[in-house]
Formats: sequence, C-alpha cells, structure tokens
Amino acid sequence: MSSSVLENQPVAEEPQRPRKHYLNAAHTVGSWLFTTDHKRIAIMYLISIVIFFAVGGIAAAFIRAELTSPRGIMLSNDNYNKMFTLHGVVMIFFFLIPSIPAVFGNFFIPMAIGARDLAFPRLNLLSWYLYMIGGLFAVLAMILGGVDTGWTFYTPYSSMYSQSQVVLTIMGAFIAGFSSIATGINFIVTIHKMRAPGMTWFRLPLFVWSHYATSLVIILGTPVVAITLLLVVVERVLHIGIFDPKLGGDPVLFQHLFWFYSHPAVYIMILPGLGVISELISTFSRKRVFGYHFVAFSSMAIAGLGFLVWGHHMFIAGQSMYQGMVFSILSFLVAVPSAIKVFNFTATIYKGHVSLDSPMIYAMSFLGLFTIGGLTGLYLSSMATDVHLTDTYFVTAHFHYIMVGGAISAFMGALHYWWPKMTGRMYPELWGKLAALLMFLGFNLTFFPQFILGFLGNPRRYHYYYLQPELQIYHILSTAGATVLALAYLLPVFYLVWSLFFGPKASSNPWGASGLEWRTASPPITQNFEETPIVTWEAYDYSSVPDLKEEAEKQAQPPTPVGG
Amino acid sequence: MAIEATQGAVHEHTAAVAAQDEHGPVHHQFEDIEQQNESYIVGMWAFLVTEIMFFGALFLAYAVYRWKYPLVFIEAHKMLDIPLGLTNTFILLTSSFFVVLAVHYHKLNRRKLAATWLFLTVLCAFGFLVIKGFEYGHKFKVGHVPGPNFTFELPASASPEAKEQVTVERAQLFFGLYFAMTGLHGIHVLVGILILTPLAFMILKGHHHVVDDYIPTEMAALYWHFVDVVWIFLFPLFYLIPLH
Ligand code: HEM
Ligand SMILES: [Cu+2]
Repeated sequence: MSSSVLENQPVAEEPQRPRKHYLNAAHTVGSWLFTTDHKRIAIMYLISIVIFFAVGGIAAAFIRAELTSPRGIMLSNDNYNKMFTLHGVVMIFFFLIPSIPAVFGNFFIPMAIGARDLAFPRLNLLSWYLYMIGGLFAVLAMILGGVDTGWTFYTPYSSMYSQSQVVLTIMGAFIAGFSSIATGINFIVTIHKMRAPGMTWFRLPLFVWSHYATSLVIILGTPVVAITLLLVVVERVLHIGIFDPKLGGDPVLFQHLFWFYSHPAVYIMILPGLGVISELISTFSRKRVFGYHFVAFSSMAIAGLGFLVWGHHMFIAGQSMYQGMVFSILSFLVAVPSAIKVFNFTATIYKGHVSLDSPMIYAMSFLGLFTIGGLTGLYLSSMATDVHLTDTYFVTAHFHYIMVGGAISAFMGALHYWWPKMTGRMYPELWGKLAALLMFLGFNLTFFPQFILGFLGNPRRYHYYYLQPELQIYHILSTAGATVLALAYLLPVFYLVWSLFFGPKASSNPWGASGLEWRTASPPITQNFEETPIVTWEAYDYSSVPDLKEEAEKQAQPPTPVGG
Repeated sequence: MAIEATQGAVHEHTAAVAAQDEHGPVHHQFEDIEQQNESYIVGMWAFLVTEIMFFGALFLAYAVYRWKYPLVFIEAHKMLDIPLGLTNTFILLTSSFFVVLAVHYHKLNRRKLAATWLFLTVLCAFGFLVIKGFEYGHKFKVGHVPGPNFTFELPASASPEAKEQVTVERAQLFFGLYFAMTGLHGIHVLVGILILTPLAFMILKGHHHVVDDYIPTEMAALYWHFVDVVWIFLFPLFYLIPLH
C-alpha cells in the first residue's frame, strides 16, 4: 500500500460503480458467515436486528390490540404479561442496544477515522455470533412458553416464583451482553489506536465521540448486569437466597445492581443516536456543528453522570429519603449535557443552508421528540411528582419518546443517510420523506395520549382498565397511532429493498457531506480506501465540498444574489 | 509542519507494511507492529476493566451481606480450611512470579526458557485447582454446598447473639457467595490454563504471531496477574474474617 495526501476534495462525482467492492468481493455464503470485514458484519447485524425489531413489533401490536377495550379483547392476564415482557426484552436487549453501534458504528467508525477495519476483526465477528446465540436463547424461551417477569426481571418474583422461562431468557440476555462488551472494547481500541495520520481527537466526527462515550458505558455497566442476572439464575436453580427476603436476601440489592447497569444502558441506546444526529444536522445544514467541543464533552459527561442516577428508578422501592434526594438532584444534572446537545444542534441549523432530505426530517423529529422525552424525565426525577407518576403510562410515554422517538428516529435517519454508501444505490426520496413524516405523526399519536393516561392514573403493565372505562378513548387513539407507526416502519422495507435492484446508482458523496467515509467510492472497497488518507482539515469543513443543492438550483434557474 | 512530520512517519510505516509478506506478524488492519502492540495493550486493559466490574458486583453483594449479618459470616467462615487457602495463595503468588520470568525471557528472546516458565505457571494453576477441588469436595461431603442438601449447625459454644442471628438460610447465603465468587475465580484460572498452555507451545514452535514480539506473552501475563489479584482479595475476605 502506498499513501499520499488526500486533498480535501471528494472523489470524482460521476455515479460510477467500482469494479470490485466489499459487496461483490466474494459471493459464497461462507464469505459472509466467516467474514472479518467490518462492513459485512455490519450488514449481517442490520439484517438480524431488523428481524428482532419485527418480533418485538408484533408483540407490541398484540399489546395495543388488547387495550382497545377496557376489558381487553384477546389475551389472558398471563399471556399479556408474557407479551409485554417479550416486547421489552427483544426491543431493549436485541434491538436498541446493538442497533446503531453494531450496524452504523461498526460500518462507519473505521471509515470515519480512515482505518481499514476495526482493531479486532475476529472479535467483531464473534460479537455477531454471540448476539445470534443470545437471540436464539430468547426465541427458544418464547417458543417454550415465554417469560412474564417484565424486562426488568425483578426479584424475588423472577428468582423464586415465576413459572415461566426465566432461565433461558436470562441466558439470552447474558450472552448478548458479552456481544456488546466485545463491540465496546473493539470501538475503544479502534478509536484510540487506528486513527489515520492527522485525524486528531478533535478532528473526529461527533458520531465517533458519541460511540466512544457509549463504549465506555458498555464496558463499565454490562458486566454488572451480567453477573446480577447470573445470580438470579443461581438463586432460581439453587435457592440460595441472595435476593429473596424469605431466605435472608435483599430484593432491593437486585434493583440497585440492575439499575446500575440499566440506567446507563438507556444512554447506550441514545448516545449513538445523538452521534448520528450530529452528522445529519451538520450535513444537511452545511455547517460545522455549533460548539463542537461542548457537544463532544457532553457525550462524556452523559456517560459519567449516567452512572450516578440509577436510584431514580427506586424512589418508592424502600430507599431512604436522603438517598432519593441525592439521586433526584443528580438526575436533574444529567439533563444538562443532554440539553447542551439539543441547543447546539438547534444553533447549527440556525442560518444554515438547510435541505430537508429524508434523513434531515428524521433528525428534526428526533430533536422535538427527544426534548419532550428528556423534559418529562425531569417530572419523574422529582420525587414528589414521581410518587404519582411512577409505574403509570407516563413512564411508558417518557421512555418511548426517547427510545422510539429519539433512538429509532436516529436509526432510521442513519439508515437513509448512509444507505447510498452501504449499498451504492439511492432510495426514492419522495417515499423516504413520506415515511419520515408518517413516523413523526404516528409516533405522536401513539405516545402522546399515554402521557395523559399516566397522568390520569392508568398503571402500566395491566391488561385491562375496566375500573376506569373513560380512559378508552386515549387507548384507542394510541392504538390508531401504532397502526400508522407500523406502516411508517414497513414502508422503508419495501422501497429500500426496491432500491437495491432499481435505485439509481449513488455517487461517492450524494449529500455533499464532509466525513472521510464520503471520500471513497460507494460502496467502498474491502480496504475502505485506495490509499490511507491523511487528514489535513477539521471536522465538518465544508469549504471544499461542492454544494450539490446549490448547483442543482443554479442549473434550474438563472443565478440570483445569495442572501443570508 | 506537524502534518509533514506525520506524513514522513506514514511513509516509513507503509514501507514496513510492504516489506512483510501476507502472513507476517502484523495483521492486515494495522499499519505496523507498534500500532498492533498498542492496540493489544489498550484492548487488554479495557477487557480487565470489564473484569473488575464483573467481580465488582459480587464484591458489592458480599459487602452488603457481611455488613448485614456480621455474625453469620464469622460463624460460617470457620468452616473454611485456612491452611489450604493459604497454600493456594502461595501457589498463585509463585505462579505470578513465574509468569513474570516468562515475559522476561521472552523479551530476551530466550524462547525455550520463556516456554518453560509458562509451563511451570500452568502447573501452579493446576495445583491451585486441585486443592480447590479438594476443598469443594469436602464442603460437598459435609453438606455446605447450597441447594436442597445444605445443612449448617452452630457449635454449642457459640454466643447467644450468634445463635440469634445465624440461621441455616443465612449460612447458605454465605456459602452461596463463597461458591459464586471462588467459582467464578476458578473459571478464570481454567481460562488462564487454556491461554497459557497454547501460548507456551506456540512459543516453542516459533509461531510468528507470538515470537516476533513479546507483547502477546505480556498480555497473557497481565491476565494472569489479574486472576492472582482477585484471589488476593478473596482469600482474606472469606478465610480471614476477624473474630469479634
Ligand atoms: C434527560 C434525562 C433523563 C431523566 C432525568 C430521566 C428520568 C427518568 C426517571 C426518573 C425514571 C423513573 C420513572 C419511574 O419508574 O417512576 C425514568 C424511567 C425510564 N427512562 Fe428515563 N430519564 C432520562 C432519559 C432517558 C433516556 C435517554 C432514556 C432511553 C434512551 C430513558 C429511558 C427510560 C426507561 C426505559 C425508563 C423506564 C424503565 C422501566 O421501569 O421499565 N430515560 N427516567
Ligand atoms: Cu433512569
């Protein structure tokens, strides 16, 4: 290999497919199953994650259908419990946690820093296999009768009393945990050691920064939940009473250990999304992200503070009032770095050269929905209001605003943004915009009524509400919204697959973006770059990237003076 | 200017890469051996951080219950065999010394000596597991293994406070923690054997991934030290609880 200075200029713009690239480098099944190419592993992750998303989605459909009537329409209480547990376990452990890191982080961290691959490609492949094995355990548990503990596996119910497949499900989550640890270690090493010459820490795209913070959370938190879940299994099998009060154990200890991971885990789910949004907002506003350093450090602050607030899940679980006060104040603190990001993204859009392509629509949805989710988090972090709101639909609405409105919008935005790079094809933009708008509408229709439900006192995780039949209207609205949302998620499956065969070929940089991954062909060759790039420019430097939109406009009409 | 300097460095690097054949000691994703070594080091430390958190949760559970039931811990820990535990402590400490010697000789490129010290380390590891096995076996015989057959009786001489606090369930909790923590540690010893043995053979055979550079050996040794350190905490926490 030889290397030379890559000018701060994208490669030639003709939409031209390289003769050999990572997709057609080999065609056998084995060339996929035993690949160590981070790009191919990312594609395998994408496919498997979408399948799990569908499984979780089907469970959600059952839940929403059940609740259209105050007495429920189809599920027994047992089956309802199993349904929401399946939904939670699959969506959290097998969809959201790996989603953006394992697909887009995997594919684009090496490309964004100018590396040929992650530091440990075989570990990367192993992580996919672990994920799949964990997933198989979870699916097996589902087939053999399901679990009814909720995704939180609270003891002593899970460890002593539940009659369902707790052990298998926990083994699934446990194994999947090692897959995310492997990914986390890989990212940390890659970001530390594999950066191309000239790619300093503060030239890294914020997408990479947020994955660095995510990886720290992963390696610090996941082992704790792994051992905790293992203890639940041990207690279930041997009855040693680590968490069962009847045997001398302490169930609140389980909650501490569980939330010590699972609160930071919500940042594992949202930080990568915030990273994606940094890229989208900057690219489609054609501006450097406002306050780059603040956004980078706010990721680190979130990662750090995120470890200090787990007690806000336990305000009514028998922790002392003073403990509650400390956790409450710390929870307010963690909202600060989140707010910094939202303000800085908004300031980036301000006076930017904004183009509303579908990834940008997803990014805009993200900003609004994430803000609502974060602000309602503050209602829950105030002990006085939480006593009223805890374990109601308010909590459900809060975290769905962040995890679905935030993280999944970011996932869809990333999918559309990087689709041309990953596949070499453009998707139909009109359909993309339609799906993005439908998602925003459907989402709000689904989850906004749940805030009201929660405020009116409807507890979560019940399969009926016939004592309060007046709540039905909100449940019906929510189910109607879920239908629209389902449509909005299905649409991309069709037009994206269509685009694989019939979509126009993508140029190397269809959005006029500035990142390194856009300075190599679409789809990239197996080694990513023909020559190791040497970076001589700052992140989000658009000065030498041609403004595609402007050029298109110029061609369409005679030039007019450019105003602010 | 800084950029020119990095550029120069890169040209050297790429020259080095070009010089190696496909199966050289540097994996394809790395530019050169330094980058590869540094990656191994960062990766290993990140891995050890996860290991610390892994054991950390158990240490926390231990702390909570020792604080809650001090007398149970005192009474139950008397059932553990201090001489055997002490022997195992010495065995592990010695093995850590051996593994240091292995790294040392690998640095000097004395491959046979390095492999020998690794084999001796593995021998110590086996010794540790055998002794641990005897301890576990004894616990099994006297019914101190958590589960349906668990039994625990206080000696008649126990203090009235102890008689009040100690129940069979709580004693079982102590042994539950004992088996969970020493068991997890034992698994790590086993994994250590599975890492060090092939490594020693690869060094003897001159496999280029391990002989061209001593960093892989040093990483394996680092792992072994970690296993050692965990035991250094486990031993006093379980075997040497002060009696008042
Ligand atoms: C702005 C910062 C945030 C604050 C202050 C906050 C606060 C809270 C509080 C106090 C609760 C407990 C409510 C209760 O059970 O009574 C809660 C629940 C929850 N939050 Fe947040 N949150 C924040 C951000 C997030 C993010 C970013 C996510 C996900 C990506 C998230 C996901 C969740 C989930 C899943 C639950 C419910 C867990 C369960 O009981 O099943 N939160 N949040
Ligand atoms: Cu939380």
